This record gives sequence, C-alpha cells and structure tokens, in this order.
Amino acid sequence: MADKTQALQQQVYAALAEERKLSIVGGGSKAFMGRQTDVETTPLNLSEHTGIVDYQPVELVLTVRAGTPLKEIDAALAEHNQCLSFEPPHFSARSTIGGTLACNQSGPGRPWTYSVRDQVLGLRLINGRAEHLHFGGQVMKNVAGYDVSRLQAGAMGCLGVITEISLKVMPRPASSLTLVLAMGLDDAIPYMNRRAGEPKPLTGACWFDGKLYLRLAGAQSAVEATAHYWDGDVLEDAGNVWAALRDQRLDFFAGDTPLWRFSVNSTAANPPLDGNWLVDWGGAQRWYRGVGTMADMEPLAEAAGGQVSLFRGGDRSGEVMHSQAQPMQQIQQRLKQAFDPDGVFNPGRLYSWL
Amino acid sequence: MSTPTIDRAELARQFRTFIDPAFVIEDDETIRPYECDGLSMYCEMPWLVVLPETVEQVQQAMRLCQEHKVPVVARGAGTGLSAGAMPYAEGVVLSLAKFNRILEIDPLARTARLQPGVRNLAISEEAAQYGLYYGPDPSSQIACTIGGNVAENSGGVHCLKYGLTVHNILSVEMVTVEGEKLVVGSDALDGCGMDMLALMTGSEGLLGIVTEVKVKLLPKPEQAQVVMAGFDSVQNAGDAVGGVIAHGIIPGGLEMMDGFAIVAAEDFAQAGYPRDAAALLLCEVDGTAEEVQEHIEQASNLFRSFGATSIRVSQSEEERALLWKGRKSAFPAVGRISPDYYCMDGTIPRRHLAYVLTEMQKMSEHYGLRVANVFHAGDGNMHPLILFDANVPGEFERTEEFGGAILAMCVNVGGCITGEHGVGVEKIRQMAIQFDDLELAQFHALKAAFDPDGLLNPGKGVPALRHCQEYRSLEHKAHTAEA
Repeated sequence: MADKTQALQQQVYAALAEERKLSIVGGGSKAFMGRQTDVETTPLNLSEHTGIVDYQPVELVLTVRAGTPLKEIDAALAEHNQCLSFEPPHFSARSTIGGTLACNQSGPGRPWTYSVRDQVLGLRLINGRAEHLHFGGQVMKNVAGYDVSRLQAGAMGCLGVITEISLKVMPRPASSLTLVLAMGLDDAIPYMNRRAGEPKPLTGACWFDGKLYLRLAGAQSAVEATAHYWDGDVLEDAGNVWAALRDQRLDFFAGDTPLWRFSVNSTAANPPLDGNWLVDWGGAQRWYRGVGTMADMEPLAEAAGGQVSLFRGGDRSGEVMHSQAQPMQQIQQRLKQAFDPDGVFNPGRLYSWL
Repeated sequence: MSTPTIDRAELARQFRTFIDPAFVIEDDETIRPYECDGLSMYCEMPWLVVLPETVEQVQQAMRLCQEHKVPVVARGAGTGLSAGAMPYAEGVVLSLAKFNRILEIDPLARTARLQPGVRNLAISEEAAQYGLYYGPDPSSQIACTIGGNVAENSGGVHCLKYGLTVHNILSVEMVTVEGEKLVVGSDALDGCGMDMLALMTGSEGLLGIVTEVKVKLLPKPEQAQVVMAGFDSVQNAGDAVGGVIAHGIIPGGLEMMDGFAIVAAEDFAQAGYPRDAAALLLCEVDGTAEEVQEHIEQASNLFRSFGATSIRVSQSEEERALLWKGRKSAFPAVGRISPDYYCMDGTIPRRHLAYVLTEMQKMSEHYGLRVANVFHAGDGNMHPLILFDANVPGEFERTEEFGGAILAMCVNVGGCITGEHGVGVEKIRQMAIQFDDLELAQFHALKAAFDPDGLLNPGKGVPALRHCQEYRSLEHKAHTAEA
C-alpha cells in the first residue's frame, strides 16, 4: 500500500524532457490486448501504486489507487457484503482496477448490473503535460465539467495515466441460482432477449456448447419464485461456471486460435461464420474463435449493429479495433492532442493513428 | 471567441433559403419566450431563433454559422435550471422542438430510437404497451426532452437503482460545429476505444447538437410500494438511509424532506405527512411481488430501529401515488408560500447531511432568507429551495450569494456543485471551487477538440480562467470574514 503519485509524475516529466515514450503497465494481465508496435517505450509501472484510499460502505463509494489488484478490492468489499457489480475479469491474480477501467472490462452481469464505465464516479489522472488532475468526484451524481472519467474507459491509457478511481459499489445479492437449458444458438438469442424483457431478477444470460445459462440473483424469495416459473434445470456449482466465463478460463477460450469479440445488438442474428461461438451479455457480446481479418469481420459486426475487435491472438501489428468514421477519428486525434500533445502515452496501442 | 462576420438581417435571409421562413424568427415579440430557460432570472435576447425540421437543415445551419462565426445555442424544451439554454446576444438559438417523433420501439431488444425533441414521459407512455419504460425520470419529465436529458445527463428520483441518462442510452447522432453528422455509440452496449458517448452525455450543448438518441428500455417492475417514515431529527433520518443501504437494499427511490418542506408539501397536497416531523423519508421498493414484500418489511423494521416516529406503508397504487404527490409537488408548494424561490443542486456524501443542514440553517439566518430542503437521499443530491422576493431590491443578489455559499460547502465536505441541473451560466463561478486552473484548462482543450472557435453555447459550463482567480480570492475573503 503506497502512494507513488509523485514518483509517477516525475517519470512522466523525465520522459517529456528526454523525449521518450511510455507504456503504462499495471499488473500486466492485459498485455495481450491492443496493438503490438515497433515504437520503443519505457514501462511506467503502477503495480506499486496500490491501496484503498477511502471506502464508505453506507455511501456505496470506494476510492482506490489504480494499481490495486482486483482481488484486494473484492476482499475489502466482501467484509461489508458488497462487491464490484460489474464483475471485472481477473485475467490473472495481478489484474488491477486501473487496467480494468482503461480496457473497459466488465463481466457477465454487465447488461443488468452496470459496467465499470457506468460505475466510475471520478478519477485522478496524469496527463501528457505531467499535470496531476482530478475529474468527477466521490458522489453518485456529479455533472460539473465534462465526463473525463468515463472517457477513459476503453482509451487504453492513450489520454493519460489513471492514478486513482472512485467507484460506486453495490450490495452482494442475497441469493443466486442458475438455470440451464439445452438449446441451439439461433434459438438461444431470441430466448434470452425475451427473458430479459420480463421483470425478473435476471443478472446473467450466456450460451455455449449447446446450452443456455440464465442466472437469477437478488432477494431470495424473488430468485426462488422465478426459478419456479421458468424452465430449466438448476445448475450445481454455478458460481464457478460464471467466474470461469468472466475470467475466460472456459475450454472455449483455450488455445491459440484468434479470439474475436463482437459487441452487437443483443437481438441480432449471429454473424454467418463457421466455427466456435460463445454468447454472453444476453446476446450483446459474442465471442468467435477463427482466422480472419478485420476487413472480413467489420461488415459482419456492422450488420449486427455493433463493432468487432481482435481480442486475443492473431496479427496484432495491424489494427485490432473496429475502425472509426473519418470525422470521429479526427476528433479522437484532437482529443489525444488535447490530453497528450507529445504523444507520450501508449503510442499506437489502441489504433495506429493514435 | 471571435465576433460574427455577418449581420443579423443577412443571416436571417440566408437561413430562410433553407428553413421554412415562418420558423426563422427575427421579431422581438416572438423571440421573447426564448430569452431564458427554466431559470428565468438569467435572460438574454438572441439575434435569431431558428426551428429546423430535418437533420440536413441542422447541418446546413451549423455550416452557415461556422462560416460566419455566429454562436449557436441549442434548445430543447427550455426546462433546464442552470441557464444552459440562455441565448447568446449576437447568436442564434437553434430549437429542436420540431424533432418530436418516436422513430422506432424494438420491444425484443428493449430500445427506442427517438428524435431529440421527444418528451421524456412520452417515451415511457409509448413503451408501456410492451411492458417497458425509460428509467431516468427528472421532475420536469412531462415537458423536458430526451435531447436536453442527454445534454444535462439528467437523473431523477430513481437513479440510485436505475442510473442517470449516461447509463440508459446506447447511441446519439450528433451534428458537429462543422456541420458533419456523426453517430456516437451503436446498438451494442459498448464500442472500441475511448468512451465518446459518455463524453457527449452531460456536455451541455458545448460539443455538438444531438439530432437522434437511442435509449434502453427496462421491463416495468411487477410491483412497487412505498414506506413513509417520519423522524424527529435529521440525523436519525440520515442514519436510517445509510442503514437501509448497508443492509443491502437498493430502493427504487429514496427521498428526504426537512420540516419546512414537509409542512409546505402537506398544506399543498394533503398527502398525510406528519406535520410535526423534523424529517420525512419516502422509500420506494420495486421488483417482483416476493422481493417487494421482503424488502418493505426489512425497510420498515430498519426505520423503526433508527427511531422513526411514524411509519406508513402504501397499501394500494392510489396510496402510493398520494405519498409521492407531496414530494413531487414540493416545488409548487414552496412557490405558494413565497413570491419566488431558487432551487439549488449540490451533491454531498450522505454522512455529512446533518452537518450541512445545520450549517445551512445558520446561513439562512445570516442572509435573512428562508430555505426548504428536498433531498434525493439515496444518492446525496440536495435541492435546497431558497425563498425570496425578486421585487425587493437586492434580495435576488443575496439569494445568489447564499446559493453560492451552499455549493462551496458541498465541495468542502467532498461533494460537488451540481448533481443533475448542470453548470450552465448559473454555476460557472463555482466551477473554480471544484476545479483548479490546470483542470479547467484541460476542459478548455477538450472543448477545442470539438469546437476550436468556441461557437457552441459560449459562456457556459467552463469559466474563462481569468475570472477564476478573481472569484476564488473573493470567496477566500468572504470565508476569512466569516471566521
């Protein structure tokens, strides 16, 4: 537990003075994400910048240094029967909250129990002028100034170094139960959408290996009553299945075949690609294992109302994120300029043009 | 910001070449209703008001204004409470009132595609046939529009559980200052790269003009029930709110009123509020029938254990509506006992509630102005209503000072100057309390990435740096004097 803000700020100063580029590293568990570039960079390591700065259970607010491991946060929240409702993936035991936000990573509950981006209330950030700035706050509602905090979600550090994050936390559901049904992919997608339209305590809906899994969580009476009305067998040891899905430890994720992430309209017909699929987020997040190019995949994602990224493996020297429309690309380049005029942070990690 | 390179008459003439001439408004009498928004103390007459009917016309209007460096203020229903839609004197008000169609509801995907001028309540009314509704419900929901909701990141009574506008939209189509059309977001829950949709939400018309919005719809809960609890101290009521949340219940709505507001609301609405209570809580629980029963019982017991002096649980939809009626009519109720009132909008960490209310009472005596408090207790968003009489010389100025002092106190206890009304013109000076010059400079740089000439809603949201030092030193002097 230590506040390394000054040391981090010093390193950014030094990099500016010496015209070096920096690659921001937390626990290193998401090093596989984003592009691989030839640009020479010095690591800016946040793994020592850890610790809970403030935690007020009755306020549902947690303020934490960006390098804090998720497991440390989970343990602190569990003492008060609370949790990070967005179920961040633990790609390793070292996964940090800063990396979770920078890469915008949320688990199976995301459509119902919010995303990391949704739960961010404020943050501190070192920009490309080595200025340590704060945005947002430690309260639920705050509309003063632009929402620079949520802008960081998915920016992969290209706008600055997140040093501290304030988050809304939630009570742990009192009880939980998972129903499983044998079903084909094409039937599962409308089925999970119909269930999501019912006022029941659904907090997870995924499909893989010919089975549909529906998770109910909340007040015990509500969970039990819904399980009684709905079809499906109660799954034993469900917690481990959802955790394995969240952390990508299921067999589906094993091996070196490229892993594509389609973030799409939850009701869209599945893209016509042969191979293995896994559907999560009630149909809104679809994982595909197979060889292809971004140029092949983008039209399929757009037809399904969303975007695609090459999440893991494959050729990472080209673009791995869905292309942006020209005017949007220009605005993002100007935003990069506004936050990091010398392009110090993570050059080319997100897009070759950023 | 540069001055326009075109005169008013010529600008009007050029607008009339592509917008229905009846909706290029130039005469003072017709412009007058546009001189202010819901915060009528701040007004300004613009050069022109235009009401385009198509996105192409909005694009063309932006290109024309960009070419001639004419400032543009976008306007929805004009219900905003921070003068965010106050016109610019040598500028154009671009009203989106004609964009009032619900374009599509997809019941299976639970989404609605809307023009920006669709009223907030109209979305839920239209979605009701599918058992769905739109979550955020600002008090002005009968009149306010979804475009304005996006600009302000509007909340409402139910946002502790269901979130703000930013949590309930999927995409917006916007027109940039250059007149380019841009889609931000998609039908998916997220996209690649930095979260531009979050940045647009709550940007108060400073980054672009919203021309279409896709929102998420939620299944209407099976049941909702309200527990009303009276307390003889604000401290107990505040602790009870913390108690419910610590117990693991996230109520659909959790509202508090102070003694003054209780009496005013009860006189107005006859909701059966305990007139002698120092604080009143309204706690609405929604969900499945089983869940509501379980949580209502738990909440009632918790309130008793925190010293509630009276408890009432709604037994019917009519009773639930009646209990809410008092809270929802708190503003007009206060309006009835005072010639004017000024609604503030700070947020605080809830644990400081008792301190903040006590200090506010002292300030009330200091300024000689009464104050009533209604409070979104679940999320810490306060709405102090300062009572004043605009016809008494100097009283509005004193009210503004009092309001400014309340906001400064919110920041001092770790809160913020605006929870849901936005900065607009109203709170622009207090931005210098919440943010330092480097942070404000970063905001300006961000704005310039969208709008380098500063033509979109100038003078709002983020103060010019040269004014901040001045304000901070004034504030410092005031505080030193008080001490």
